[in-house]
Amino acid sequence: MIFELKDLEVNYGVIRALKGISLEVETGEIVTLIGANGAGKSTTLRTISGLIKPKSGQVIFDGADITHLSASKRVSAGISQAPEGRRIFAEMTTTENLEMGAFLRSDKAEIRKDMADVFERFPILGQRSKQQAGTLSGGEQQMLAIGRALMAKPRLMLLDEPSLGLAPIVVKEIFAIIREINQAGTTIFLVEQNARMALKIADRGYVLETGEITLSGTGEELAASDEVQRSYLGRT
Amino acid sequence: MEKFAQQIVNGLSQGSIYALIALGYTMVYGIVKLINFAHGDIYMIGAYVGFAVTTFTRFGHSRFGFIAALVIAMVACAVLGVCIERIAYKPLRNSSRIAVLITAIGVSLFLDYTLMYFVGAGTRSYPPGVLSDRSFTVGGVVIKYQQVIVVLVSIALMILLQFIVKKTKQGKAMRAVSFDKEAAQLMGINVDRTISFTFLLGSALAGAAGVMVGIYFNSIDPLMGMMPGLKAFVAAVFGGIGSIPGAMVGGLSIGVIETLVAGYGGSLYRDAAVFAILILVLIIKPTGLMGKSTGSKV
Repeated sequence: MIFELKDLEVNYGVIRALKGISLEVETGEIVTLIGANGAGKSTTLRTISGLIKPKSGQVIFDGADITHLSASKRVSAGISQAPEGRRIFAEMTTTENLEMGAFLRSDKAEIRKDMADVFERFPILGQRSKQQAGTLSGGEQQMLAIGRALMAKPRLMLLDEPSLGLAPIVVKEIFAIIREINQAGTTIFLVEQNARMALKIADRGYVLETGEITLSGTGEELAASDEVQRSYLGRT
Repeated sequence: MEKFAQQIVNGLSQGSIYALIALGYTMVYGIVKLINFAHGDIYMIGAYVGFAVTTFTRFGHSRFGFIAALVIAMVACAVLGVCIERIAYKPLRNSSRIAVLITAIGVSLFLDYTLMYFVGAGTRSYPPGVLSDRSFTVGGVVIKYQQVIVVLVSIALMILLQFIVKKTKQGKAMRAVSFDKEAAQLMGINVDRTISFTFLLGSALAGAAGVMVGIYFNSIDPLMGMMPGLKAFVAAVFGGIGSIPGAMVGGLSIGVIETLVAGYGGSLYRDAAVFAILILVLIIKPTGLMGKSTGSKV
């Protein structure tokens, strides 16, 4: 097992955002966390990345307790994130954004090679490598956010709502790429509101409702369950 | 016409000093959204460090006195700037902005009056001959050798700064942090270290400005940082606070405008003119000449 959350509780002021959630991700899997707006999905990812500190509980990565590590130490441990809303550095070029993704690495030749790989995976980014990232389209920015996360050479990649605000055809493309990245050996933890797409590519999934995990199972099981169908897939 | 050209020459050398100080304001604002009102006082400390080097050390009397004073003052101010940030501002990272602003004013007064306690309130002058006070005439315009040095050193430092910010890893981290702190953290960038680095750069530039003013105007005192500090702040706002090229252009413009006002009979109004510009900018275009637009793509 590469990654695990144990009884994670997070408070925002007096609001209990996560009420003790536990989940596991095996090496090589795509695991998704689905849930409605405000269920605590982004809070979960922000806690995993070290941007917020939990009240109690543990974040375990690769057998080590990383609950109290700084955000930057977690990146060097092998966790990177493509955050919600993409959060690319709009005033820097595409190339510079990718360089930032590799900030903690010093293996220059390898970084160059990985950047070439990103440009191969996302040819459009290669064409726009000198362009200010803020001028890219939404889909291109999402690709850049994923490429930037890849540049950290993560063993676990966190994706927060990669489908947000994108046209269905672009969403399809992004999800195909996520699957490719996974097949190339990166474990993926995917947070999504778009349950249909997420469950399609996920090996396993968890359903988060107001800070608690209410369901879990394989992607197919969840997609077939009445509850998920009713609440997240829009069937009556 | 000659008079006009003369004022422009004087204005440019004065303006490069403002630009150097304004850069510190704008970079610090860009990264922690703080108007560091103690910045003018770091410039003052720089002037005193340069004074000490040129007056009391063997180095200072040598041919390399100016370079020695410049480098040592820059290093001393860089260290001071980083310490101020660590001690006074960092504990307030999550406090309201007004708390940090008041702290900055406190630090400013602390520096001024602590120094005054040790060196007295009187003015001092750099020893003669640190830089030649010769001048030459081009088409009726008198240009002092010192003015040339001030402008050239300022340009060199600004080019160096641009290189650091655009090309080095730390400089890129600086831009990333000032754009989006959290996203920068997700890249593994250490935000605290990057903020320290920003104070280091800004304070070093202020130190250089202090030494050059000490030599050029040949008079320093513990409160000398107040007015240039405020004017450099106006320059930063005029150029667009947060923008590095803006601070350069803003500094030069404020210097030239101020000298023109003084040169054409308004010397009593030179300060008023500068602050009138601040008011106009805030009314007409609060983002300044090169201010960043705040729109983002959804």
